Amino acid sequence: MTPPDGEPAIDLSPRVADEVKTTTCYMCACRCGIKVHLRDGRIRYIEGNKRHPVNRGVLCAKGSAGIMQHNSPARLTAPLLRVGERGAGEFKEISWDEALALATTWLGDIRASDPRKLAFFTGRDQSQSFTGWWAAQFGTPNFAAHGGFCSVNMAAAGLYSIGGSFWEFGEPDWEHARYLLMFGVAEDHDSNPIKIGLSKLKARGAKFVSVNPVRTGYSAVADEWIGIRPGTDGLLVMALIHEILKADRIDLDFLARYTNATWLVVQEPGSANDGLFARDPAGRPLAWDAVRGEAVSALETGINPRIAGEVDLPDWGRCVPVFHLLANRYLDAAYAPDAVAERCGVSATTIRRIAAELVEAAFEQKVEIDQPWTDWAGRRHEKMVGRPVSFHAMRGVSAHSNGFQTCRALHVLQMLLGAVDRPGSWRYKAPYPKPMPGGPKPAGKTVAPNTPLGGMPLGFPLSPEDLLVDQAGKATRIDKAYSWEAPLSAHGMMHLVIANAHAGDPYPIDTLFMFMANMSWNSAMNSAGTMRMLTDKTEDGGYRIPRIIYSDAYYSEMVAYADLILPDTTYLERWDCISLLDRPIGSAEGPGDAIRQPVVKPDRDVRPFQDVLLDLGARLGLPGFVDGEGRPKFPGGYSDYIANHERRPGIGPLAGWRGADGASPGKGAANPDQLKHYVENGCFWRHHLPEEALYFKYANRAYLEEAVKLGLIDKPDPIILQLYVEPLQRFRLAAQGHGLIQPPENLRERVATYFDPLPTWYMPFEEAAVDREHYPMHAVTQRPMAMYHAWHSQNAWLRQIHGENRLFVNRATGQSLDISDDDWVWIVSHHGRVKAQVRLMEGCNPDTVWTWNAIGKRSGAWNLDADARETTHGFLLNHAISEFLPGPARAPNADPITGQAAWYDLRIRLEKCAPEEVGETSPRPSTVLRPPGMDRAPRILRYDASKPR
Amino acid sequence: MTSYTPPAEGTRKLGLVIDLDTCVGCHACAVNCKEWNTSGHSAPLTDLAPYSRDASGVWFNRVHAFEAGSGEDSRTVHFPRSCLHCEEPACVSVCPTGASYKRAEDGIVLVNADTCIGCKLCSWACPYGAREFDEEDGVMKKCTLCVDKIYNENLPEEDRVPACVSTCPANARHFGDLGDPDSSVSRMVAERGGVELMPELGYKPVNRYLPPRPKKTGCGSGKSAALEPAFDPAAMHPALRWLDRILTR
Repeated sequence: MTPPDGEPAIDLSPRVADEVKTTTCYMCACRCGIKVHLRDGRIRYIEGNKRHPVNRGVLCAKGSAGIMQHNSPARLTAPLLRVGERGAGEFKEISWDEALALATTWLGDIRASDPRKLAFFTGRDQSQSFTGWWAAQFGTPNFAAHGGFCSVNMAAAGLYSIGGSFWEFGEPDWEHARYLLMFGVAEDHDSNPIKIGLSKLKARGAKFVSVNPVRTGYSAVADEWIGIRPGTDGLLVMALIHEILKADRIDLDFLARYTNATWLVVQEPGSANDGLFARDPAGRPLAWDAVRGEAVSALETGINPRIAGEVDLPDWGRCVPVFHLLANRYLDAAYAPDAVAERCGVSATTIRRIAAELVEAAFEQKVEIDQPWTDWAGRRHEKMVGRPVSFHAMRGVSAHSNGFQTCRALHVLQMLLGAVDRPGSWRYKAPYPKPMPGGPKPAGKTVAPNTPLGGMPLGFPLSPEDLLVDQAGKATRIDKAYSWEAPLSAHGMMHLVIANAHAGDPYPIDTLFMFMANMSWNSAMNSAGTMRMLTDKTEDGGYRIPRIIYSDAYYSEMVAYADLILPDTTYLERWDCISLLDRPIGSAEGPGDAIRQPVVKPDRDVRPFQDVLLDLGARLGLPGFVDGEGRPKFPGGYSDYIANHERRPGIGPLAGWRGADGASPGKGAANPDQLKHYVENGCFWRHHLPEEALYFKYANRAYLEEAVKLGLIDKPDPIILQLYVEPLQRFRLAAQGHGLIQPPENLRERVATYFDPLPTWYMPFEEAAVDREHYPMHAVTQRPMAMYHAWHSQNAWLRQIHGENRLFVNRATGQSLDISDDDWVWIVSHHGRVKAQVRLMEGCNPDTVWTWNAIGKRSGAWNLDADARETTHGFLLNHAISEFLPGPARAPNADPITGQAAWYDLRIRLEKCAPEEVGETSPRPSTVLRPPGMDRAPRILRYDASKPR
Repeated sequence: MTSYTPPAEGTRKLGLVIDLDTCVGCHACAVNCKEWNTSGHSAPLTDLAPYSRDASGVWFNRVHAFEAGSGEDSRTVHFPRSCLHCEEPACVSVCPTGASYKRAEDGIVLVNADTCIGCKLCSWACPYGAREFDEEDGVMKKCTLCVDKIYNENLPEEDRVPACVSTCPANARHFGDLGDPDSSVSRMVAERGGVELMPELGYKPVNRYLPPRPKKTGCGSGKSAALEPAFDPAAMHPALRWLDRILTR
C-alpha cells in the first residue's frame, strides 16, 4: 500500500522469525509456558504461550527479559578450578574431563568411606526429584533444596492439615470467589496466575483484602489493605475464628463429614495417650454416635457423631471431640478482637468486620454449580454448593518462627467456613490432595559406604520414630533437619548447612556440593559471617570446609567461594522436566507437567547440570546410573533420563503420553516418543479432570478414582481434613517423657510448648529474645515483581528498573525519629548493622521498615562494574539477620516445628548516620575478580535480532 | 514547523486503554515492549552503560509508582506511561523536518528516523514525556503502538496486538480503535468512565486511563459491620453450645 503524501513507506509485515519454539520459562519459579521466536539463530522475541495452563499467554517483566538473561555477560564459560584464596575469584580454566575426573575422585573417596561427608544442596532447583534421587543413590542423607529457607512452613502446615497448600499445591477459585483474603505474598511468586486471577476477581466485583505490612503491588489494587504488624497474622486469624465461633456461623455439616472435628481426643494428662485419638482395635479413630449412644469408628459413613461433649471410654478414659477442644480454645477471651488488636496493629472494629464479611460471603453469597457429584460413600449430590471465600498466603506468613502454626490457623479458618475445594474457595491443584498422614518418611537412618539410602532423603515424619537422630537425640544430618530442633523440616534446612559444617556440628564434612544457590550472599542469613566461614582455615592451613563444588550458569557471589566450578547452561539451552514427582504445573482442573527443550545451542564450554550429574553418577557407578555392565544407563543425557527413568513401575518423571503408544496418561511404560509429544504440544501436558471431579476432591469418588488411575494416590479413600494434627502431639508426648525416643534436655520444653496439635500463637523468637525497647521495629523485605532474587541484577533491562534499594519507612514514624527522605541510616539489629538510604512512605505499618529483596550486590560479582549502583546504593538486610537466636546456644533462628528460616522475625532500630558516613551503603565486601574466559561487560548494548550480527 | 491537519471525524484512532484498577505495577508491559521493539521498527532500543553504575536505555513504556494522599486516605498508584498518540500532537507540529508524523490511516504517531535530526524539539513539546532520545543513533524514538506487529501478516492474527497488551498479566491494557464508538475499547471507556490525561492542554490524547473502581467497603451488602454473638462463652462452657447438635457423616 502506498502511504499518503508525506508519510514514509514502512514495512508493516517484517519477517519476525525463522522458527518459533516453545519451552518453559525459568526467569522465576512460576514455570510459565513461552514461545521463543528465533531469527538467524538469535532470539528475536519471547512471549507467553496462549495455550499454556499456567500463564495463558501473558508474560511478566522477568520472562520478557529472557533475551538479556540468556545473553548475560555474567555467564560462566568453562569449568574453573580455584587458584587463589577462596573468595577472591581467582580461577583457571580446566577441561570438562579434568573437572569431572577431579569431582569423581573427591566424591568417590567420600562414598567409599563415609557418604555423609558429602553435603549436596541444590537451591532453586526445579529438578529435585532427580537431584534428591542422585543423593539417595550416592548414599548421603545430606540433601535438600531451598524450601527450608523459603516456605516450608506453608507447605508443611498445609500438607499436614488439608493435604495440599497455598501456591504450589492449591489456588483460589478465581472464577467463583466472592471474597479473597490474601496474606503476605511474595510478589515474584506465582505472579502471573495471581495477576490474571486478581483481574478476573475484580472485574466480577468480588472483594479483595490484602493483609501485609507493606502496600506494594497486589496490596495497591486491593479493596482493602490491612497493614498488619509482622508476625501477628496468627493472632488476627485466631480472632477471626473467635468471632465466627461466637456467632456460631460455621459449617458444622462440613466439619462432621470432611474433617476430624468429631474424632475423640483422649484427655488424660500424664498418660501416654493424652492428646491422641481414641481408636478402635483396628486403629480407626473413634467418634461418639449421638443416636446409637456409643463410640463408633469415625470413618464409618451414616453415623451421627457428636461434635462436643465429654465421654468416658473404658479403654481410653476421658475423651472429647476435636471441635470441643477447638471451640474451647478460640472462644477464650484471649483471642477476642479487642485482646489482639493492639498487638496486630489492626483495630478490633476492622477484625470484627472482616469476620462478618467472611461469613456473609461464605454463607449468604450463594455460588452453586449445576453439576451432580457423588461422594466417597456413593451418595449423589445434585449440585456443587460453594463457599465463595478464598484465602492465599505465602512468605509473610511463612518466614516467621511462628509461621507453621499461623498457617495452620488459616487452614482451620478455611475448614470452619467449609471453604476448602468448593466453588469459590481455595482449591487443590492436582496431584493434590494427598492423604494425611501419608507420604514417605525421610530416609537416612542408616548410612554405609558405597550404599544407597533406603529411600529419598526428604519426607514427612509422623512421630519421633521417624526422626534422624542418634541414641543421644543428636542430629544425624548436617543441617539438623528431622532432628528435635526441627522435627518436621520437610524441605531440609539449607540455611544452616554452612554454619554447621564450619562448626563441625554435628560432624565435619569433606565436600559441600551446591547448585544454583547464592549461599554466600542473598540466600544466607548472616552473609558476612557465612563468607568468613567459607574461607576459615584450620590450624594446619586447610579450609575448615575442605572442598566446595558449585554449579551455576552465572558469576553469582557464591562462585568465588568454590574450589571447582561446573558451569551450567541458561534455561534456553537445556532439557528439563517440571515433574509430578516434585513441583509440577497442575491446576485445579487437573494434573499437568512440562519440559524445557533446548531452543538454542550453547556457545560456551558449558553443560546442563543434570547432564553433569548423570555423568558423575555413572563415573561413580551409582546404582540406577549404570547398567549391569557398568555402562552409563542414560547415555543420551537428561532427556534420556526424563523419558526412560522409572521411579516405580509405570511412574516416571513425566506423566503425559506414557505407554509404548503414548495412550496412557499418568501411569504406563516408558515411551521413546514421549518428548516428541511434549514438544508438539507446546512442551506441556495437561489432563482435564471430568466436570464431576472438579471440587470436593478429598471426598469426591470420581476424583479419587481418577487420581488412583493416574497414579496420583494409591487408594480411593476419602482424605479427611485435619483440624487437629495428631502427629504433633506424639512429639509433645515424647517431650513430656513418654516413649523411648526422647528429645535432649535442652529442647524438651521447646518441643512440649510448640508442638500443639491445635494452632497456637506465640511471639516470634527474636522479638521475644531481644530487648524490644532497644530494637523497637520490625524489618522485612518484599519481592519486587520485576526481579527474582539475585538473578536479575545481571539483566541489562531489569536492573534499570531495580538498580538500587532504599529502606522504606512509614512517613509518620520517620518524622517522629527526625528522619527525612534521602537521609542515611544504620539499621541495627542484635546481630549486625547495615547502612541504607531512606525513602519515606505512607503505605507501611508504622512499626515496620522494609526494602526490596536481593538488590544489593557484591562488587565485581555478576560481571557488573565494581562501582555499580547495586553495590554502592544497594544493600542486603541479610547482614543484620543471624542464623541463630541471640545467646550462646546456637538455637536456630527458625520455626521450631519445620526449621523454616525466620527471615521476617528481624527486630531493629534506626540510627541516623553521621555526616561523614553518608553516601554509600554498608557493609561492602571487597571486589571479586572477573574469572578467566569472561569478557568485560559491554559499554553499550544495541540488541537487534532483526539484523545480521 | 510542520503543517498538520487533525484527522477527520470517523477516521481510525488506534490507541490503548489502561486500567488503573488492576495495574499492579509489575513492569511486564515495559519490558515486553522493549523486547519486541529492540528488534522492531525503531531498532535497536539502545542501552548505555548497561552493566555499569548509571545504566540508562531507551524505553517506550515506563511504569511509575507513587503514593497519592496521606495517612488513611493514601493509596499507591502504578501508572504506566507511553505515547498517547494525540489527535493534535504537539510533537508533530513542532518537528522542523517532518520526521514526526501521525499516520492518516490509523492515527499512530511515528518518527521517521531517516529525516529526524535529533533536535529534541518534540520531546520538549510533548507534555507527557513520551519521547525517548537514542544517543547512539542521534534520533528520537517512541512508542510505535507496535506498528510492525499489529498488522504483521507473518504473525497469527490473534498475536497482532501491541506487545504491552498481549503480555499484561493483569489484563490492564487494551488495544483498539477509539475512533469507533462501538469498539470494545470505546465501550469499556464509556462503561468505566475512562479519562484522557491532561485534557486541558488540548492535544486530545487518544489513549485512555480507566480509574480505579470504587473500593468495596463491605462485602456486597455493606451490612457486615460485625457478627451477632449467638451465645456468651463467658457465661456458658463453649462446647455446650454444640452438645446437642445432631450431625451426619
